[in-house]
Amino acid sequence: MIVNFIDYLRERLQAVIYCCYGVMTFIVIWSLTVDTSHAHTWAEKMIPGFWSLFGLCGCAIIIMVARWFGKGGIMTQEDYYDN
Amino acid sequence: MTTSFIHPAFIMILGAVLLPFVRGPFRKPFLFLIPLLAFIDVVYLSQHPGTYGVYQFMDWELTFGRVDRLSMIFGFIMALMAIIGTIYGMHVEDEWQHMAAWFYVAGSLGAIYAADYIVLFLFWEMMAFASTFLIWARKDEESLAAGYRYILVHTFGGVVLLIGFVLRYQATGDLSFGQLNVQSPELYTWLIMIGLMLNAAVPPLHSWLPDAYSKATAVGAVFMCAFTTKTAVYTLIRSCSGFDVLIYLGIIMAIYGIIYAIMENDVRRLLGWEIVSQVGYMVTAVGIGSSLAVNGACAHAFAHILYKGLLFMGAGAILHATGKQKLTELGGLYKKMPLTLIFMLIGGLAVSGLPLMSGFVSKSMIITAAFESHLLWAGFALILVSAGTFLAAGLRLPYLLFFSTNNCSEETWEKAKDPSWNMTLAMVIGGFLCILIGCYLPFLYNMLPNTEVAYHPYGAYHLSETLQIMAFTGLAFFYLRKYVMPKNTISLDLDWFYRKGGRAFLWTVKNPLQWFDTAISNAYKVVGISTLMTTSAFWSWFDWNVIDGIVDGIARCVRAIGGRTALVLQRGQIQQTIYYTVSFAAVILIAYVWL
Repeated sequence: MIVNFIDYLRERLQAVIYCCYGVMTFIVIWSLTVDTSHAHTWAEKMIPGFWSLFGLCGCAIIIMVARWFGKGGIMTQEDYYDN
Repeated sequence: MTTSFIHPAFIMILGAVLLPFVRGPFRKPFLFLIPLLAFIDVVYLSQHPGTYGVYQFMDWELTFGRVDRLSMIFGFIMALMAIIGTIYGMHVEDEWQHMAAWFYVAGSLGAIYAADYIVLFLFWEMMAFASTFLIWARKDEESLAAGYRYILVHTFGGVVLLIGFVLRYQATGDLSFGQLNVQSPELYTWLIMIGLMLNAAVPPLHSWLPDAYSKATAVGAVFMCAFTTKTAVYTLIRSCSGFDVLIYLGIIMAIYGIIYAIMENDVRRLLGWEIVSQVGYMVTAVGIGSSLAVNGACAHAFAHILYKGLLFMGAGAILHATGKQKLTELGGLYKKMPLTLIFMLIGGLAVSGLPLMSGFVSKSMIITAAFESHLLWAGFALILVSAGTFLAAGLRLPYLLFFSTNNCSEETWEKAKDPSWNMTLAMVIGGFLCILIGCYLPFLYNMLPNTEVAYHPYGAYHLSETLQIMAFTGLAFFYLRKYVMPKNTISLDLDWFYRKGGRAFLWTVKNPLQWFDTAISNAYKVVGISTLMTTSAFWSWFDWNVIDGIVDGIARCVRAIGGRTALVLQRGQIQQTIYYTVSFAAVILIAYVWL
């Protein structure tokens, strides 16, 4: 059943992607209506969709830092300690 | 010991000792019964807080059973995880593995209920040694080497802890294990903290964790991911709450772990790096030290044991079925292992802090505590790491294992299948608890040690914050996923120093030291042996001619004198013998009277 459901979704990948975009848009629009009195800083109150931006940029930064770190010599061949 | 106190560690140890004698159809019920009894004991003790098991040993008072709210929550989750882990490993025939796991659990429970450093140290070392056997039980060359590295690092940590509390005892005369004076730390405060934080895998003392956990058996890793680091977090809460340096170390740890997790190709090493990152939250909370932060550390440790156990169980199921644990050798497994996919997704989403999952209600408590303590940088750093966690464990890991390109060999694909009933049952329990904690807050929150603070995670703002972060992290992953594809590489870490350092030591022993030793031997042969031979020859001659000559001469003299005396005095005539005897007696008598 699980496999069939996943196959069903994979066959309609484009529709799934559009659904995800829809959910994201809904989350951002909803976030604009949420009371920001519990915000930790002024930036969260002043910048609409602050956490969306934070998530997007944060994830991109982490990926790039990991990539830069790995290419800087940290990632090496698997038999490094065997030689 | 009062009659009402049976130490849960004692139940586990007794069970481990009896286990080899329980065979056949009784083995599986016994495997379930012992951790269940320990769990019931822990629950019973939780209803009866107090101090138990106090013994006088020489000048010291040893306390085995300090039952308070802090030890209660950690004891509860450790005993619960012992049940789940044992169910997961019920198919394992190797009794030594079960024994090692139970001694390991006993060590953890013993350390949690210990109220003085001697008892703590005893159980601390029991944990280290027992868990080493969970690595060695895999019985391959890599595991053997990893086990040696693991035990050496932990022995070092144990020695630092020992020196720390001995110095403290010398300075204060106090062996009790409680809150240290972290406002004006002494040398022993630092040493104790370093000894404890090595087990929590705080950088730079962290490299043992991904190294060891990826080499342990499938069952061993499920136990190991729960006990060592979280017991260390408990001890840090107990002794180092409010120690500022832990905030910085915790944040470094959280970021460092997630960066390495994203680079990782080995599934269980990736999960190991995730542990480093998540324990970073707890260490930060300990450093903050407020009531909410301490509650957050406890809650996150509780939740973490369950979702990380679930993820390791999923990874172990894949390893058990296919014998593979590299992402570059797996992929597309949803068709063969759909149940494992579901449980790993639950674990991955729980660690990522999805609303209605355990991570959401625990992690956010620490982040809120950071903001409430005006540590904005720490709060934002932890939120950034939560985005990274979702990326690594919630998106990248399930995507590469179950959905992306199928990298499985034909043999691996054939072998891949969902695990046996016991492994599935353990994952069902773990998954259920991850959701229960997220949905029914009193289950976890009522156990937290500081009852005076209240926390409500399901506010609209917090929900909006979390959903935005997760949604847009997903978007970034969707577009940047080609940059996080696995490669057949390993990532160098600080263990480089002792792995390469060990080889440098071996090279030093084999080359310069060996050369020096050979040179000394040759010099000894040339100078020493000939001198010795000459000296020996002289003393041999001296012994033969001088010493033996004197001894032989004396002997010959004695024999000659004796022979002549006997000829005179013992002629065989009774009258002469009486004459000599009487004369000799008269001489003695006169000499005696005169003198």
